[in-house]
Amino acid sequence: MSQGVGVSGIYVHDQDEALVFYVDKLGFSVHTDARNGDYRWLTVQHPDQPTFQLGLFKPQQPTVDEATAATLNEVVAKGAMPPLVLVVDDCRASYDRFSKAGVEFTQEPIERYGSVDASFRDPSGNGWKLIQGR
Amino acid sequence: MRRLLRAKDRMDAASHEAWPVPRLAKVSGVSEAHFARSFKDAFGVPPHRYLLTRRIERATALLRDTDLPIINIAFQTGWTSLGTFGRIFRDITGESPSELRSREQAAGHALEQVPHCFVSAAHRPDLTIAVSEKRRRDSTGNASGETEEVP
Repeated sequence: MSQGVGVSGIYVHDQDEALVFYVDKLGFSVHTDARNGDYRWLTVQHPDQPTFQLGLFKPQQPTVDEATAATLNEVVAKGAMPPLVLVVDDCRASYDRFSKAGVEFTQEPIERYGSVDASFRDPSGNGWKLIQGR
Repeated sequence: MRRLLRAKDRMDAASHEAWPVPRLAKVSGVSEAHFARSFKDAFGVPPHRYLLTRRIERATALLRDTDLPIINIAFQTGWTSLGTFGRIFRDITGESPSELRSREQAAGHALEQVPHCFVSAAHRPDLTIAVSEKRRRDSTGNASGETEEVP
């Protein structure tokens, strides 16, 4: 087995919507989708990264109370969550593919610093940088 | 909230363009009155001041990373007059564009490893008060003419 970070999660306001976004639009696959009452543990995986799962978690009881959940949803919608970076072989090709799939880009591909980068957001407001690997 | 972020994203993507409230409200799909109020509630600064911070940030980066003439930088970052740019730049950063350029270019940086947008966010001026207010506080009693903050 390999050691290292196995799961890291982001907050989404609607897990069904997030699943469609990350799986159908970005090409991730579902790793775990387990429910216990209202709680749903949902993680997705990048096809090239079998040892890492991205958690798509809804701020909700019992992990946080209702008021905190509302605050967290708002913070995500404000775009105030920490940065996420998706590394790709070809930024422009990925941009074309993702745009056609309906991904909301906030910055078109720009060539700079020896690479090409673009920006997009998921439906909840999480901001992703799409960077071409060097 | 997600709609307000859309307006903020659009300003981020094209801070050199003019972003009057009606245009921003349209992007967000809300009324103008609602937009102006809720933007400040959400992001802590009114929209025009947010735009100003993006322009100054962009100008600072161009001063640091390029040898473009300052007048070109002023026009590229959305000002229509070099004088206004220079004045507002100094009001916000405390330095003239040329002073900042010579200081930054002398310093040297190791920012290549950090994605661009985070570098720029880290260099964004923290405009918690209106520029006119900042100018008032900084001035030592000399009555400099009122300048509209709207870039």
